[in-house]
Amino acid sequence: MGLSAYLTVSILLFTLGVICIISRRNVLYVLMGIEMILNASSINFAAFNRFNGGGLEGRMFVIFIIILAAAEAAVALAIVLNVFHLFHSVKPSEADLLRE
Amino acid sequence: MPDTSHLFTSLPTWQWQLLLAVPLIPLVGYVIQIFWGKHLPRQGDWLLTAGMGVVMCITVYMFFIARGHSSGEGYFIAESLRDGFGWDWLHRARPQAEGLSLPTGLMYDGLGAAMLAVVGVVSFFVHLFSTGYMKGDRRYHIFFANISLFTFAMLGLVLSDNILFLFIFWELMGLMSYLLIGHFSQDPTSHRIRQAAAACKKAFMTTRVGDTCLLFGMAMFYFLLPEHFNELVEQGKIHADKIGGTFNFTLLWQRASMVVEANGGAYPIWMTTAGLFIFGGTVGKSAQFPLHIWLPDAMEGPTPVSAMIHAATMVAAGVFLLGRTFPLMSPTVLAVVAAVGGFTALFAATIGCTVFDIKGVLAYSTISQLGFMVASIGCGALGLVAGLFHMVTHAFFKSCLFLSAGSVIHGCHHEQDMRKMGGLRKKMPITFACMLICSLSISGMPLFAGFYSKDRIIAAAFGGLSLNFNGGTFAATVFLPLAACLTTFYMFRLIFMTFFGEPRDHHVDEHAHESPWNMTVAISVLATLGLFGGYFWLMHPTSPLGAHGTWFTEMVDWRTMYPGVDLTRTNLAGMAASVPHAAAHGGSALHEAGAAAEHLAHFYHGFNPHVTAMIASLAVLLIGIALAVQMYLRRKWNPAKVTGALGEGYVWVANKYYIDEAVQATVIRGTIGLAAIQRWIDENIVDGLVLTVGRIGKALGFFSAWFDKHVVDGLVNLVGGLTQAFGSIARLFQSGRIQQYVSFAVAGGILVAAFHLLT
Repeated sequence: MGLSAYLTVSILLFTLGVICIISRRNVLYVLMGIEMILNASSINFAAFNRFNGGGLEGRMFVIFIIILAAAEAAVALAIVLNVFHLFHSVKPSEADLLRE
Repeated sequence: MPDTSHLFTSLPTWQWQLLLAVPLIPLVGYVIQIFWGKHLPRQGDWLLTAGMGVVMCITVYMFFIARGHSSGEGYFIAESLRDGFGWDWLHRARPQAEGLSLPTGLMYDGLGAAMLAVVGVVSFFVHLFSTGYMKGDRRYHIFFANISLFTFAMLGLVLSDNILFLFIFWELMGLMSYLLIGHFSQDPTSHRIRQAAAACKKAFMTTRVGDTCLLFGMAMFYFLLPEHFNELVEQGKIHADKIGGTFNFTLLWQRASMVVEANGGAYPIWMTTAGLFIFGGTVGKSAQFPLHIWLPDAMEGPTPVSAMIHAATMVAAGVFLLGRTFPLMSPTVLAVVAAVGGFTALFAATIGCTVFDIKGVLAYSTISQLGFMVASIGCGALGLVAGLFHMVTHAFFKSCLFLSAGSVIHGCHHEQDMRKMGGLRKKMPITFACMLICSLSISGMPLFAGFYSKDRIIAAAFGGLSLNFNGGTFAATVFLPLAACLTTFYMFRLIFMTFFGEPRDHHVDEHAHESPWNMTVAISVLATLGLFGGYFWLMHPTSPLGAHGTWFTEMVDWRTMYPGVDLTRTNLAGMAASVPHAAAHGGSALHEAGAAAEHLAHFYHGFNPHVTAMIASLAVLLIGIALAVQMYLRRKWNPAKVTGALGEGYVWVANKYYIDEAVQATVIRGTIGLAAIQRWIDENIVDGLVLTVGRIGKALGFFSAWFDKHVVDGLVNLVGGLTQAFGSIARLFQSGRIQQYVSFAVAGGILVAAFHLLT
């Protein structure tokens, strides 16, 4: 399998993530979409690393992104909890105070 | 120039201090009286009267000091500038004002000494009289304050050594005269408020005309004299340093006479003009024709005021001014002076014969007597002394006459019409006696004061005419004896109507009574002075009719009155004809003066004016008395028939020659008309201009406002509106929904990527 196969999976995953972020009405799905985008980029790092000499840099970035995603998920869930307390809802379309 | 320096006298310091105290005492009295007078016991009259008593004592004492200095051969003059009783006015305060130095100080010479004593004595007795006459007046304390400040001004005027200070005091007297004439205009219970207000206004405005003339004359001497003098110095005709302007009398006399001498005895034309202006001041203050109209109206003031201000002191200040400025007067000016004075003397005397108001008669009499003095001064140097002497004697007997009239008015409960009086001599014997003495004196009865001065004046007029025939001396010669005749007539008309005959009004007669002691004492003393004042003239008490005297002439002598000025060289005023004759003798100035005097004596030997004048004045006296007796005492000639026979002429005189009406029709109407024209110009042209400018400004303002509102504001609003519109579009994107933002971001990413791919 060549590099393009990896990249195709990555693009699909990214596109699905974006669509998930844009279209879902529950903020948890939005978080899931973000995870998917992060994973898409991880796939890219891993793929480019493999087909570009197989050093450690790409792997390090993947591990770093996984850790970052874990931290982000923890922070995001805390925000979601607060948003729920404030708006009594987890729909991102209703949390539109930023407009003001 | 005869050497007169040995006649100079300097007074010791303490005597200068006394003289300085003379004007200051009434000034301090005024200040106390005006602030605290109402709360003092008896409203403070005793304070001011006592102060005036002190002033009288000082002036009389200093008079005898002066007399002691002057005994022998002439005058003494003492100026206090040398002795530290003067100061440089305006100079120390502004040392940078080069040339503006107005040194001022006290001046005490023979004339000043005589005048100061007269003012002191008359003022004291007027104060004393006022304590009785003004009793019960609502503004008693104000009256005393004003009369005291007036006395201050008059004493200051006499003591001034320069014409500027004389003018300042002159104006102050004018103001006090105004306030005192208008005394009753402030009294709500008086029934003559309007008349008093009109009279004081008239007096103030009329004299202001003369005062303006005086100011012009002063200014001309201040500026033109140094100019002319320095010009002559440059030409080498005067050997002296160049000079600046001065107001000092002594310097003015000397410098003016130097200029005249360098001109060969001829007065420059500007000096004649300036002299006429100075005489204008006298015309206003001394009520000479045509500015006499204020004095009869001034009788609205309380009688003591009439006695002091409008008979004895203030109106005499004009004559005093002539005495002070005599060497500055050219023969032309003196001719005018004589003509105006002579005409006024006769003119006022005729009106005096027709007036029924007891004070009115005396008012016109005062104008007439002032005319005598002025005419006399216009007749030359001998007349000068006679006129000044008449000023002194007149002050005594006229103030006594006024105060006696005041006593009559007081006794008759403020009735002033002589037709309602009559037979008062039994009820008011002291007043009657005093009035009779002073009437005889003013009429020129021998041995009474008025005889000596009036006789001397008529003699001076005759002498002036014989030496220097001109319009002025001719007018004086013709008018003065006639006026003297009428003087006798109207004075005895007054006496007979008031004190003789039967009472004509029972109401007035019932209440008539003699005045209290303070009034009778005052008039008695003044009557005594009116009787004996003439002896000031006499050299030999044993020959009372002697024409040559010294008492007054020792102190006031035309030969020595003006130090450093030789009138025989320049003016001799009225005797100018003798000057070329004297000059032909050549020799020293002293010799020339002596020659002129000899020449004079020669003239007087050929034609003795004194004998002629004495015969003339006795004749007119007898005619006047006889007329009055026939008409008003024996009633042989009914006054009504006499006036009827005079016809239109009497009406003309009784209406005071319609001068008031003429002034009303010309000057006052003219002024009002001029004011109306000015008002029209103001309202239509000046206001029109201002309004046009305003309207143009307003129109411009409207345009500016429109431009602001529509163009400037429009632009600003446009910018604001555009921004707002833009913002409201941009706002559409700010929905606050994260998903939308993300959509935009993704769309943007796609666009960028597409752009990148396609290019």
